[in-house]
Formats: sequence, C-alpha cells, structure tokens
Amino acid sequence: VAEPSLWQDGMPTGRVARQFGQAPSASANLADVLERVLEKGVVIAGDIKVNLLDVELLTIKLRLLVASVDKAREIGIDWWERDPSLSSRASGDLADENRRLRDRVAELEGSGTAHGESPDASATMAVDTSGGPRRAPAEPERRQGTGR
Amino acid sequence: MSAGAPWASYTYAVARPFDPAQIAQVQGVDGSEVHLVSYQDIVAVVSSLSVAEFDEAAIRAKLATPEALEAVARAHHAVVEAVAARSVTLPFRLATIHHGGERVIEVLRQGYRRFCAALDRLAGCVEVGVKVYADLEALAATDPARKAGPAAPSTPSSPGRDYLRRRMEQRRSRDEAWRLALAAADRTTTTLAKLALDQRCHRPQDPRLSGTRGENVLNMAYLVDAADVQGFALVAGSLAALPGMRIEVTGPWAPYSFSLPDDGGDSSGRDDRWESK
Repeated sequence: VAEPSLWQDGMPTGRVARQFGQAPSASANLADVLERVLEKGVVIAGDIKVNLLDVELLTIKLRLLVASVDKAREIGIDWWERDPSLSSRASGDLADENRRLRDRVAELEGSGTAHGESPDASATMAVDTSGGPRRAPAEPERRQGTGR
Repeated sequence: MSAGAPWASYTYAVARPFDPAQIAQVQGVDGSEVHLVSYQDIVAVVSSLSVAEFDEAAIRAKLATPEALEAVARAHHAVVEAVAARSVTLPFRLATIHHGGERVIEVLRQGYRRFCAALDRLAGCVEVGVKVYADLEALAATDPARKAGPAAPSTPSSPGRDYLRRRMEQRRSRDEAWRLALAAADRTTTTLAKLALDQRCHRPQDPRLSGTRGENVLNMAYLVDAADVQGFALVAGSLAALPGMRIEVTGPWAPYSFSLPDDGGDSSGRDDRWESK
C-alpha cells in the first residue's frame, strides 16, 4: 500500500505538508479515495444512468473480497454470492434482496423495522451490512463516532 | 458540442473559474482531456467522452471490477485534486454523466444558487482525514489488572475454575481495551472539533482494504481553514498517544465530505437538493 499520510504512527514526519496537486494522487490510499468519490461529493442525476446500487454493491464486494471471502462466509454473510450484483438489470431483485437484508438485520437486532423505501435507502442499508465482516460478533458494542 | 451529439459529458466538479491551461496536462477518465463549461461565475470541470464508450452498459462495465473501478476512481480523484489546487472546488460523485455540454450548462443553471452557496462555504478550506486505530491486544496489555500478572488463586484451584477465571480475565481485558480505545477516540473528536470548521463521521474502514494494522475505531473528516492545516495536523497527530493507539492524518483533500451543508444524520452524502424538480 502506498504511503497514505503525511503523519505516520501518531507523529508528524516533519515534512512539509503535501499541497494539492503536487504529489501524484496515486499515492492516496484506495480506501480513502473510494470512500470519497463514491460516498461523498455532490450527487446529481445524470442523463446516463449509472446504477448507484451496482457501484455500492461493488464496493461492498470489494471490501468483502479484500476482507476475505472465507471470513465473511464464516459469520454468515454470503448474500453477495447470490445477488445479481453487477449485472444490474434488476434493481428490483436488488431491492428485494435489500428488503430481505433489512428484515434480517431488524430481526437480528430485535428492534423494530429498518426504514427507508427508496432504492438509495436500500443501498445505504446494504452498505451498512458490510460492517459485518469487519468485526467479530462477540465484540462489545462500539460507538460509531461523534459527527454532529 | 451540442445536445444530441455523440458525446457524453462526464463532470468531475463545479468550481469558481480558473485558467484551464493550468490543468491542461491532467488526464481525466479513460485518459480523456479535461475542459471547463462555464455558466455565469461558476464552471463545471468536464471530459467529453464518446457515448459509445460511456453509455449505460459501458459505464457499468467500467465500474464492474475492482481494477476498473479503481482506475475510474483515481482518474476522477486526480482531476478533482488538480482543480482544488487552483480554485475552490465542489467535487461531484463518481460517474456523473450528461448528454453533452448543453445539459451540463443546464445543471449549472438549475443548481446555480446552491453551487454558489457551497463554494462560498468551502472557499479557503480543505478537508483533513483523521483516523484512529487501536491495537486491542496491545491495549489490553496496558490494563493494570493484567499487568499485575495472573492473580494467585486464594482458594484451592481446580482446572475448571482456573479456566473460567482466565476466560473472564481475557474478556475483561478486551472490554477494557475497547473502553480505552473509544475514550481516546472521544478525546480526539472533542479536541479537533474545536479546531475545525466542520466535521463528518465516516464509517470505519476495513483494515484489510486500507492495508493498515489495528481496528479503525474512528474515521473522521474535518473541514479546516487552509491556513491552519499544518497546525491542525500537528495537533491531530499528537492525540491518542497511548500504547496500542495510532492516529493517521491524511490530506489535504478537496472537500468531498462537505458538499452538503450538514449531515442531517445521514452520512451517505446522498441528497436531491441539488436538483430542481
């Protein structure tokens, strides 16, 4: 992995901060780049429709695959093996899949129903499920940060 | 280039006008040239792409494998960075594609007020990423109870009881490690919130995707005055100074995470407020 930061191991390296455009952007960590170009930034509906669900699913898949398929299976996440994923014809199928996932999540949490009916909300939900393989089920609950 | 031409316009960002010669050498998606589409005092940063290569099926193919997605994502990011180095920039999400320059102008016209408001808000600011990682094993080792070593059993021991005690100690150490990690993350956000103009909380990254060690317990983006970015990074880098904790500061980034005025409780960045219905 290319050097992702100017300040490593909690210590400033003493170098002058990279200014915009002066370093090849290839040096940025892929996870940081994807996080921004896929999930942040202004969303404008284009004339040529890119199925956002597909892209979201690809990043989930990317995360899962990089995270290790076995690990994901191990903790019971294998829906991506069956999803129509990037063939994308059927956002209907994906919506169904996401609905099932939502139900499953709600069931697991034992706390009411997940909300959101739009495909986007479904995508968000699906993305959230990608948190699964990141941590073992036995870990204590963690707070997700304090963004205001 | 007009609507209906066999060209698709891929928009990377909206910015305040600047000399396009400054980004002449920057290549866009698929090695394309990058040019500006102007509307009043804002510009869209755009590549003209062959519709044949950027219709729905083609773009799907371009995003359908990790390698292809990475190529498009990095090209998109390279253009956004180059623009952000020259002008206040509002990055667009990946793969925003319209039927030619006329449609792009229409997007600029429709979103003009909001684009201007966002550009004004972001002028002179950069985004800084701050991630806190915890090595739970190392943290658990700092647990005083564990440091003291296994307590000598005060009662006659049995293998079963020893086993249970060890298990309980392990579990307690791990809980304690989480508590320490989250407390450090809290201190980090409390301190940095005072130094930043705005903040967003991202999902923790999978350490195996980011290629880093430890659990990512905090993944924040801060909007910082460009003049203060060095100081901010120094402070951020000095936080979470516990054995087993590590802080990573990245950037400066174009303000991707701050395209919307506030999170509204949804960090996905999705919103239709940019478009007039």
